[in-house]
Amino acid sequence: MAINVANSEPIAEGLFTWPSNDPRLLGSKCNNCGVVVFPAQSSCPACSSTSTETIELERKGKLWTYTIQCFLPNRPPYEGPETPATFKPFGVGYVELPDQTRVEARIKTNDVSKLKIGMDMELVVEKFMERNGKDVVAFFFQPADELN
Amino acid sequence: MDVAIIGLGMHPFGRTDGVSGLEQGAYAARKALEDAGVDWSDMQFAYGGSAAAGNADALVSKLGLTGLQFINVANGCATGGSALQSAYMAIQSGMFDIGMAVGFDKHPRGAFTVDPEASGLGKWYGDIGMALTPQFFGMKIQRYMHEFGISEDALVRVAVKNYRNGVLNPNAWRKKAFSYEDVATSDMVADPLRKYMFCSPAEGGCAMILCRADKARQYTSKPVFLKAVSVKTRNFGSFEVFTQAQALNRADAPTMKASKAAFEFAGIGPEDIDVAQLQDTESGAEIMHMAENGFCKDGEQEKWLREGYTEINGKLPVNTDGGCLANGEPIGASGLRQVHEIALQLRGDAGARQVPNQPKTGYTHVYGAPGLSGVTILSR
Ligand SMILES: [Zn+2]
Repeated sequence: MAINVANSEPIAEGLFTWPSNDPRLLGSKCNNCGVVVFPAQSSCPACSSTSTETIELERKGKLWTYTIQCFLPNRPPYEGPETPATFKPFGVGYVELPDQTRVEARIKTNDVSKLKIGMDMELVVEKFMERNGKDVVAFFFQPADELN
Repeated sequence: MDVAIIGLGMHPFGRTDGVSGLEQGAYAARKALEDAGVDWSDMQFAYGGSAAAGNADALVSKLGLTGLQFINVANGCATGGSALQSAYMAIQSGMFDIGMAVGFDKHPRGAFTVDPEASGLGKWYGDIGMALTPQFFGMKIQRYMHEFGISEDALVRVAVKNYRNGVLNPNAWRKKAFSYEDVATSDMVADPLRKYMFCSPAEGGCAMILCRADKARQYTSKPVFLKAVSVKTRNFGSFEVFTQAQALNRADAPTMKASKAAFEFAGIGPEDIDVAQLQDTESGAEIMHMAENGFCKDGEQEKWLREGYTEINGKLPVNTDGGCLANGEPIGASGLRQVHEIALQLRGDAGARQVPNQPKTGYTHVYGAPGLSGVTILSR
């Protein structure tokens, strides 16, 4: 979906760089043990250090595991635009970003039946829904072969 | 101080319209008292839990205001197991001689609803459609199947077995056997898991009376002894529900840690267990928990299930009462149900589903969000 950047807002502040032509997820790296987590946080869940720095995460990774959400999630909390009539099963998975972490994300794909562990994935930031007259953008990973 | 279970009580699981969760808890408590031949006024303490049916300590208004120490326990799906562990410590420490662990619940129909912010997640996580526990179960078993060559056949076999066992259990919710085909063709919920591979929220109550082991025979000729109780939470790097990013280095699951600690404390090993209850929130969980608890190696489950090792007459019967799949999951009571079943099996009181050859040592395992496990080892 085309995004009107000027009239858009991210689904939450601090998850990814926005507005941007090349958005990146924002994680944090521990200054003590080097562990990377997402979303960014001010303390380290691995070593309890309170010294961390925000970093941009890799855009490309491999699908580590996934599932297909086959029913319309309950509202609340779900805010997606589908109705029971328009709902289509969607993918959710963990994408392993080299030497960083495995990020859980919704998967954008033309065909959920083609999802496979190990496939190449790329970050995309797209319109997810509308709120208060604005386009709300969120992050997804999409199979690389659908993008190139 | 060793600890014994001397009384067992249960309100049937499932749906009981017109009876509150609290009343189901009181029913179970009275049954347990009757089973032990003691009165509520004999109880020096109680630990109780309920997630959706009010405060457990409201039970005193039904059972009698005796002034006992009553502490409410809240620990997700492991609430029942945590109530038992607390009761165990209360006696083991020498502080009390006799008391009760009790749990009950009454959940609305449909999937559990999740408040992302209460779990320390951003609101966006729910907005976008990721705050659903079935997704985690689907993703965890999907990876496990990929790594260890588990097939869909194994997922179906677990469900068929547990529903079949439930038919033999008068307290079970689902007393209907499903055929292999029923399960294998039921609607896909969270790939690779299908509708009949999942348990549902439910209602029910369970209670037990515990006392000092050296006094147990004053009350019953068939005491069951708690040889070990262990509760552990997640380490950085274990793959748990609602993890927005996983560490690249895997850590042992909380179940592996709780299991190891319990076996070490009891001074025995998995090969000494005659009957087990393993958390089966869905089929994949039972499969992974067989290995995480040390009963088989990763990947051996395929063979175990094909050969019927975990059937009631197999070498390690698992979820003989039908497990969560046939009983549903009233959170406050679910972990206690598992211990209730093992205690019945060790007493030889399990009726149509009794494990043959007089089992001597049993095992229970509960797992809950956001990543904790409770294990008990019991013997007669
Ligand atoms: Zn650190």
